[in-house]
Amino acid sequence: MKTNITSKTGLTLTLLGTALLGGCASGPPTLYQWERYQPQVYEYFKGQGSGADGQIIALEEDLQKIRAKGNTPPPGFHAHLGLLYSQVGKTDRLEKELLAEKELYPESSTYMDFLLKKSKK
Amino acid sequence: MHSTYLKLIIVFFAAVLASGCATVQPYDYAAYLQSKPRSILVLPPVNESPDVNATYSVFSQLSYPLAESGYYIFPATLVDETFRQNGLTSPTDIHAVAPAKLRQIFGADAALYVNITKYGTTYTIISSAAVVSANARLVDLKTGTLLWQGSATASNDENQNNSGSGLAGLLITAIVKQIVNNVTDASHTVAGITSQRLLQARAPNGTLFGPRSPNYGKDLRP
Repeated sequence: MKTNITSKTGLTLTLLGTALLGGCASGPPTLYQWERYQPQVYEYFKGQGSGADGQIIALEEDLQKIRAKGNTPPPGFHAHLGLLYSQVGKTDRLEKELLAEKELYPESSTYMDFLLKKSKK
Repeated sequence: MHSTYLKLIIVFFAAVLASGCATVQPYDYAAYLQSKPRSILVLPPVNESPDVNATYSVFSQLSYPLAESGYYIFPATLVDETFRQNGLTSPTDIHAVAPAKLRQIFGADAALYVNITKYGTTYTIISSAAVVSANARLVDLKTGTLLWQGSATASNDENQNNSGSGLAGLLITAIVKQIVNNVTDASHTVAGITSQRLLQARAPNGTLFGPRSPNYGKDLRP
């Protein structure tokens, strides 16, 4: 009986140890805070999920989380959010997001200018 | 006679051992290092598998490994829309667009052409696995030069052994796994691993780190 208790305690300790180790083992820091960007892109392509309105809500929530931690959204995040706004007829928000993408990532300038020019037509 | 056989066997084992130990041939990065791409236009992948979902399942997961390696990656959904608005809906047609034209519209330094060679659940009598395989070519859009190419594969059956469950057990496991694989979009999860293995910067054979990574320029240091 005594050994039984000891072995149970041992097991519990082992489990706790594993959980602690698992909690500590964080990978190398990432350049960006991704949140649901890629899954949302997949939802968009599948044409399923919550539609443009729901996807806007999801990405705006994510953006709040990213800003709260002082991190950076990944390349494409703002531009994709802009595309969703354009689909619900909010051209001003499209332009705002394209400019945000361009400011954060100057490498996108040529393409963002191309899209901005088109949105003004 | 006997000793000839013995020698043959020794030579054979030596050959096997040597091939096992041979170091991987490092990739020739000369063109890549000269080009110094900062931004990569990832094109919708060409799907050579029977699963129609493959292109967008993989396409939606190619940004992460490249962006985290230090490159600007163009937004997949907008890139796809731009091609659509120009009458290009098939990845094969998109891959045929001239590099100069891509550079003019997107202003990208390089383009990534991906082909999906396997996507989906393969079912054999005693096992069932979701497998995704792909290869990629990175091309300089100013010159059309090939900068890098590679391939990768992943499966959700990699860490499982089938010891001790008997043939009936194996059959049941295989059937259950196939159902689970089909219902839970397991191939999409596996595609994320394939994408990571294919594109995460990793000398001496993978892509190199880009300018936005703290590891930029340190790939080939010993």
